[in-house]
Amino acid sequence: MFSFRKCSLKLALVCSGALMLPLASSAVAESAGYYGVGETPTEEQIAAWDIDIRPDGTGLPEGSGSVDEGMAVYETYCASCHGAFGEGMGRYPKLSGGEGTLAEDRPEKTVGSYWPYASTLWDYIHRAMPFFAPQSLTDDQVYAVTAYVLNLNYIVDGDFVANKETLPKVEMPNSGNFVWEDPRPDVENERCMSDCKDEVNVADSSEGKNLTPRTTGPLDEGLVE
Amino acid sequence: MFGKLRRLSLDVPKTALEESQKLPSSERRHFLRNGLFTAGGAMVGGAFAGLAPGALAKTQYPPENPSWTLSLGPGVVADPYGMPSPFEKEVIRRNVPWLTADKVSSISFTPLQHLKGIITPNGLFFERHHAGRPEVDPQQHRLMIHGLVDRPIILSMEDLQRLPSVSQINFIECPANGGMEWRGAQLNSLQFLHGMVSCAEWTGVRLSTLLQEVGMKPEGKWVLAEGADGAAMTRSIPMEKALDDVIVAYAQNGEALRREQGYPIRLVVPGWEGNTHVKWLRRLEVGDKPWMQREETSKYTDLLGDGTARGFTWVMEAKSVITSPCPEMPLKEKGVYQIEGLAWSGKGKVKAVDVSVDGGMNWQQAQLREPVLSKSLTRFVLEWKWDGNPALLQSRVIDETGYVQPTLGQLREARGTNSIYHKNAIQTWKVNADGSVVNVQLS
Ligand code: HEC
Repeated sequence: MFSFRKCSLKLALVCSGALMLPLASSAVAESAGYYGVGETPTEEQIAAWDIDIRPDGTGLPEGSGSVDEGMAVYETYCASCHGAFGEGMGRYPKLSGGEGTLAEDRPEKTVGSYWPYASTLWDYIHRAMPFFAPQSLTDDQVYAVTAYVLNLNYIVDGDFVANKETLPKVEMPNSGNFVWEDPRPDVENERCMSDCKDEVNVADSSEGKNLTPRTTGPLDEGLVE
Repeated sequence: MFGKLRRLSLDVPKTALEESQKLPSSERRHFLRNGLFTAGGAMVGGAFAGLAPGALAKTQYPPENPSWTLSLGPGVVADPYGMPSPFEKEVIRRNVPWLTADKVSSISFTPLQHLKGIITPNGLFFERHHAGRPEVDPQQHRLMIHGLVDRPIILSMEDLQRLPSVSQINFIECPANGGMEWRGAQLNSLQFLHGMVSCAEWTGVRLSTLLQEVGMKPEGKWVLAEGADGAAMTRSIPMEKALDDVIVAYAQNGEALRREQGYPIRLVVPGWEGNTHVKWLRRLEVGDKPWMQREETSKYTDLLGDGTARGFTWVMEAKSVITSPCPEMPLKEKGVYQIEGLAWSGKGKVKAVDVSVDGGMNWQQAQLREPVLSKSLTRFVLEWKWDGNPALLQSRVIDETGYVQPTLGQLREARGTNSIYHKNAIQTWKVNADGSVVNVQLS
């Protein structure tokens, strides 16, 4: 399968492994379908797999669900791991609380305290939850449990009904606190070669902390927090 | 190439036991005790994990001939898919049980202390799954490309392999590598502190080739990649990167991707955080805006000290670590040692690595071992004569952009201690007078 392919002159542009040419959009249009591989999906096929939702609501399906309906879904499918009030069982994630803790020593990042977009909640529950049976909830159930988790976080009232109109309008409390542009490098170290500091002090050591699993022998199953 | 892979077996080989049957009973006891059991015990040697002191029974030393010289071994295809020597059975990925609620959404770490060169063997490549490792049938698996394109397509794995391919050596690092150490020194192990980085030769089709084939519309500015696992893992990737060096990979170090690495296909996004390298890839959608998925909002965003957070911090900035000595590879006695380590940068090539043995007071430039490749691991070496006194070992990489690997103090000052991700600080190993090596942090 790794046989070398000869490149015709015409093809050299795309075929040459080492060359990376910027693709002008006209060049793209010209060569679309050049290799002619694959099948053309039907609209139903695309719709069935195209499950992503955007903050503006793009992708949200028909259907709806209320906070009350969501409570029933939550108690049946979610509470065993995430706790009756979203407080999280064991090391399973908390889904509520943590408001005002983000700048504290032990911040709690939850749907209520941290998540910037409500659409992400619908999208993620629909694609990945409940953990043991992803994509098993109906759209109405996802709307309902989304409404319920938002209500657990005091983001919507008890009479809220989630649907493709109402959900994108939900303002998440922490949405303004994200910067979506990478400012790094944000530190500047110097390449000093000699006499670089006044003194060298060990501030902390892992010695004796007993948090490290075995690094020899069979896998360490026993060590827990 | 998408044939079945064999299960890994770590049992002591029959042949070694059979070998011992041929020895007189006293020597046989010796052979079994020293030759086999010591090798499986707690001690770890230098180049060979199984080569503990006393691992070779005296009967195998000169002037005697070892038993394997006086007998025949198993023939070809005794192992149709070859496995490491059973004496290397400790060289395995390991996990930290207290770190996650469940092994199904968890991490395992590469045993960097045992590896040579820059390529991570396929069976030792670190794992990060969010919904376990699916068993994907390549005959049935499909990649759909749609959205703002002229010609949406569904590709079979055979279709993909008809397209022109490239091979490139790239590291993949989870941005949470070392993330437990923002507040203080916790773990005493190279494997657990730095083992969420691995490096392989990836072969596949350029994403630009695929996007050209479907004909992108000019409004297409982002690509959403989605996996076929139970997490249906998704990340938004800006078009500029998608057209630069991203590939849809189907092979890893010459063979089909390992299942843990996304068999039959994954995205490789050179130099960017591991989570963007979506495994078990099944869908690519072209859109005009990012999707703000859970893995780019709730996770993989960096919380700063003031409570604000950074998103879209994709690049893995330059980092290095000394891999020998390290907590798992202590020094035996004073004398000459080769300090070795790995350095890498998500922005290109490693330009230089400096090593300090006095906690960063003075530095010497290490040698870089060829090959030095862009967005790949690079190995460095510095010869050192240890006088038996305590020492503080550090390495510091400079990449081709001129960026100098920072200290933990500098990172904390800029970001606080709650970011979890992107901790690329200089690592300090304290060498004690007895040769043991400890993870420490300097003030
Ligand atoms: C078997 C345990 C389990 C059940 C039941 C379960 N979850 Fe989860 N949930 C998890 C785990 C584990 C994660 C983290 C997964 C990961 O990060 O890879 C998670 C993550 C989440 C998150 C994201 C949390 C964050 O801050 O990023 C949300 C939201 C969520 N679950 C909602 C639900 C809802 C709603 C249900 C019920 C329909 C549900 N879960 C049922 C185990 C569970």
